[in-house]
Amino acid sequence: MSRKTISGMGAGIIILLLFPVFLPRFYVYLASVILLYGLLATSLNLVLGYGGIFQFHHAVFYGVGAYGTTLMLTKSGLPAIFAFITGPLVSAAFGLVLGIICIRLSRLYFGMLQISLGSLVWAIVYRWYAFTGGDDGIHGIPMPEMISSPKSAFYFTFIITIISLYIMWKIIRSPFGSVLQGIRDNPVRSGMIGINVRRHQLLALVLAGFFAGVAGSLFVVVDNSVFPDMLFWTLSMEIVIMCLLGGWFTFLGPMLGAAVIVGLRTFVSMYTVYWALVLGIIMVLVIFFLPSGILGYAVEKFERGFRKPEGGEQ
Amino acid sequence: MDAVYSIIPAGVFSQVFVGLSRTTILFIVASGLTLILGVLRIPNVAHGSLYMIGAFTAFSVTKLTGGGSEGFWLALVIAPLAVACISLIAERGMFQFLYEREHLMLLLLTFAISLIFGDLVKLVWGSEYKSVPVPHMFQGFVPLFGGLPFPLYNLFLLAAGPVVAILLWLLTNKTKMGKIARAAAVDREMVGAVGINVSRVFAIVFVIGCYLAGLGGVLVAPTVSVTLGMDHNLIMEAFLIVIMGGLGNIWGALLGALIFGLTQSLGILIWPKFGIIFPYLAVVAVLLFRPTGLLKSTW
Repeated sequence: MSRKTISGMGAGIIILLLFPVFLPRFYVYLASVILLYGLLATSLNLVLGYGGIFQFHHAVFYGVGAYGTTLMLTKSGLPAIFAFITGPLVSAAFGLVLGIICIRLSRLYFGMLQISLGSLVWAIVYRWYAFTGGDDGIHGIPMPEMISSPKSAFYFTFIITIISLYIMWKIIRSPFGSVLQGIRDNPVRSGMIGINVRRHQLLALVLAGFFAGVAGSLFVVVDNSVFPDMLFWTLSMEIVIMCLLGGWFTFLGPMLGAAVIVGLRTFVSMYTVYWALVLGIIMVLVIFFLPSGILGYAVEKFERGFRKPEGGEQ
Repeated sequence: MDAVYSIIPAGVFSQVFVGLSRTTILFIVASGLTLILGVLRIPNVAHGSLYMIGAFTAFSVTKLTGGGSEGFWLALVIAPLAVACISLIAERGMFQFLYEREHLMLLLLTFAISLIFGDLVKLVWGSEYKSVPVPHMFQGFVPLFGGLPFPLYNLFLLAAGPVVAILLWLLTNKTKMGKIARAAAVDREMVGAVGINVSRVFAIVFVIGCYLAGLGGVLVAPTVSVTLGMDHNLIMEAFLIVIMGGLGNIWGALLGALIFGLTQSLGILIWPKFGIIFPYLAVVAVLLFRPTGLLKSTW
């Protein structure tokens, strides 16, 4: 990282920290939602963009994290801190189990098996009224005093998101991250030089599951509710779109994509009920004209001949 | 028969028949999906939207003709054709430029199109529940299996399934068109090299596949409430069926639909609350032991 990017990031962080001071409550809520969706999309990008694994049903880990946190908060008498640790850990465990089952298959088959397993989890959550609240979900989840107001929820979300992003950045920059990208670009050759391909991919899936669970827990903090739609496969597709729109060979691309999509959804929904139509048209345009995403395009444009874009060519 | 019922309750038979009529719908939609997947290699998420459009068109046609049973038969002819026309426009306008794109991109693109179609349906038909009357001929119930009433319309569906299967078999195995399509599924470049217009073959296969989605939509319309969101619920089931049966294999789609339909209906009998999880369990079990599907895939 150059000095310029560090100072730029510092400025960005300070502006975001000042957000709740001068913005109305609704925008504070919106900013929190954008941050946690950005975290969710970045965690997907860890396996999809950097790992080249067709993680089609990422929303499962998000939903499981949210439900894990919620159920710990409402059903157990333990202090809230345990709930926020349990949620992501349960997600990571789901990542491990689903990963072990799916990892033997390649690409499209991997994605489809994951969708069927994910749908299974969704169906259970959807029907288990006694435990998960069924299709109504759970609303009005009690929060600890410290993070119960929208402002403090925003700060909590902000800090956790920044820490998570930093850890993911370090993971991608670590030897493990390089190996993961090597596997993406050439799994056969990576296997040949003695890398245990499946074990690395599995670890990536567990990590992605964990951070998706973190995002899920943050949603509980921000919205105080959970519902089965958080695990439905259409949300997974939306997360993939966020990665694609922002640029999935860049680290901050998914965050940008999440900001654009969540922001647009909020404002378009104020004027019309046809948000899905707008989203569909945006997606078609992106796929046809901007296949490397907004940030990917910017990187190509400004750094051509200077440095290869993050993650190499498509 | 009474001896049989003393061992297996009549309700089980009845439920098997319910599952089989569900199978018919699933098979008709999934066979169209698998045809497009096998020949064109497009994982078409918008297939579910075409099914929904078929059902909504059936609603409009029956309503315009006064809600009588002639309306349904007219819809059975018109609605799939309307869906086929829409798909022809989509194929010529968009899909024909995309055959070489990556699967993930195609999946996202067709998902985007399904979102657009979904909202267009909302725009045209509104978001209320709609219902299509059962045609007069098939109204009511017949006593089957120890006198348990069974809806006549479901018997009609049971008859429709094999008819579609046989027609599809004839189309793919006995016509020149079908043989070319099957060849193109294996090696599209070679088929093009011997002087066949592959682009046109692809367009025809695409339209036939989408016709089947529309047909499924019309047939299902009298048994369910026609509503937004039926596309996203069905397309996932259809995809799982296709994957379970082997990509591009029509008999695989039939087998997958049978497994899916029967586990669904019998699952409800075994464990009413969690009946919906059984088909997914079946898919997971199949994929664990046969990762590329039960029958031979054309991929």
